[in-house]
Amino acid sequence: MIVAEQKPFEEIKTKIANANKVLVVGCGTCVTVCFAGGEKEVGILASSLRMASKVDGKEKQIDEVTVQRQCEWEYLDTIKDKIGEYDLVLSLGCGIGVQAIAEHFPDARVAPGLNTAFLGLPLEQGVWAERCAACGNCILDLTGGICPIARCSKSLLNGPCGGSDEGKCEISGKDRTVDCAWDLIVKKLMARGELDKLLEIQPAKNWQTSRDGGPRRISREDLMLAKE
Amino acid sequence: MAEATNGYKSGSTLEKILRAGKFAATAELGPPKNADAEVIRKKAAQLKGIADGVNITDNQTAIVRMSSIAAATLSVQNGVEPIMQMTCRDRNRLAMQADMLGAYALGIRNLLCLSGDHQQFGNHPMAKNVYDMDSMTLIRMVKDLRDGNKFQGGEEIKGTNPRFFIGGAENPFADPFEFRPYRLAKKVQAGVDFIQTQLIYNVPKFREFMKRVVDLGLHEKVYILAGVGPIKTAGAAKYMRDQVPGMEVLDEYVQRMEGAGKGIEDKKEKAAAAREEGIKICVELIQQMRETPGVAGVHIMAIEWEEAVKPILERAGLLPRPVVE
Repeated sequence: MIVAEQKPFEEIKTKIANANKVLVVGCGTCVTVCFAGGEKEVGILASSLRMASKVDGKEKQIDEVTVQRQCEWEYLDTIKDKIGEYDLVLSLGCGIGVQAIAEHFPDARVAPGLNTAFLGLPLEQGVWAERCAACGNCILDLTGGICPIARCSKSLLNGPCGGSDEGKCEISGKDRTVDCAWDLIVKKLMARGELDKLLEIQPAKNWQTSRDGGPRRISREDLMLAKE
Repeated sequence: MAEATNGYKSGSTLEKILRAGKFAATAELGPPKNADAEVIRKKAAQLKGIADGVNITDNQTAIVRMSSIAAATLSVQNGVEPIMQMTCRDRNRLAMQADMLGAYALGIRNLLCLSGDHQQFGNHPMAKNVYDMDSMTLIRMVKDLRDGNKFQGGEEIKGTNPRFFIGGAENPFADPFEFRPYRLAKKVQAGVDFIQTQLIYNVPKFREFMKRVVDLGLHEKVYILAGVGPIKTAGAAKYMRDQVPGMEVLDEYVQRMEGAGKGIEDKKEKAAAAREEGIKICVELIQQMRETPGVAGVHIMAIEWEEAVKPILERAGLLPRPVVE
């Protein structure tokens, strides 16, 4: 899923400073699951902003709504009648949600309330970690199901580098929280007797399928509606 | 077309020494954190005729310094053969190949291919890194430029192609230990000609690594230069032991460094005693490396202490350097 976290409250306050009527829009999908921008977080943030505006002596109208998915037009249509009433939409969706609102409602001014962090998963309660870099050319079968693009700090395809230290990445520092992806890959494949996979040199990556090839899109004719 | 190099891959001094079966000695020359060519001239003067080649680091530890290509060129001009380092951190394949064409045109003949320290360690942790390639694919790219006469993208090189003696690094002390010899084998397969290792302060573990390397027959396909270096202070020994990822320093060296200045009151004399011990340890390490099967030479990393290289090699009996025509 897409993992995000809420921006610092002071930053959000600054972003809405010039607006009198603000609609805080949550999203019921990824950011709900990672406790950043679901209905509950929207409620807490909206009341905090209401209180803060009262304390600051200039009370704002701050309303709230959460849609099922900010990144699809049909769900955004559920707020099309009210969105025009507001000076500003504060989106608690990921970066895609923010842009979907901006694209679907060209007249609306939108501000992000979250920082979109990465594509990942929850490791334990309150801890999320990155797992995919959306490079557009998956080789997870060659690396024991562990992604070196997303999880090696240098995205090495033929690791580990010389900074691998007792299973941790050289960037780990004192808290030692970052695993060396290549240590994980090597140990897993060697234990399985798949050294041959490791001995094969992975060629220089073709980054065209990644962001480096320009903004990406997928067109599938099999799914497109027939033109009248 | 490839230039005639009398059967050599690059014709560099380092290549000739190694091919002749002589025990090689390389050193390191760190470019300055400024634009002063004089720094290179001074350091080059300390290393001229002493080392078979000197590594010119490339933004080492991710700290901005004079570019390795410029410093290596100054080194050539001052009579010292450079081993130009190139990391994958700061350049993509276009910039790397462009620099290779330029470096060769400027007379640089040895190229050491590295992934590079992550920028988090340096003075620009906010920078975007590149890592278009890794050290393995970089080695292959340099080989393809030289032996395949083609760019990484497949286009043929028309005219002079860059013909480097290709170096790589290996850290026998990084984890996972059991995979390190195999990773070296991959670099050999990619086309590396010589390897310089991480600093060795754990000889038994290095010898275990070398035993596996020899068992795989890699020492016959690649020249392995063992990394050694003089320790300046007891603090430096402890720092390397405790703080540097992928480094191992046996306690005996820390203890020897601590014991070196004991009982000496004068601060300068105390520091000199420590430096003397550091040099002594380094000379001993070189001797142990010469006795280790599969080792073709030493790489002396006397970082910001270039003047130590000459006395070390002198005492190790490695001066004067052989001349191979």
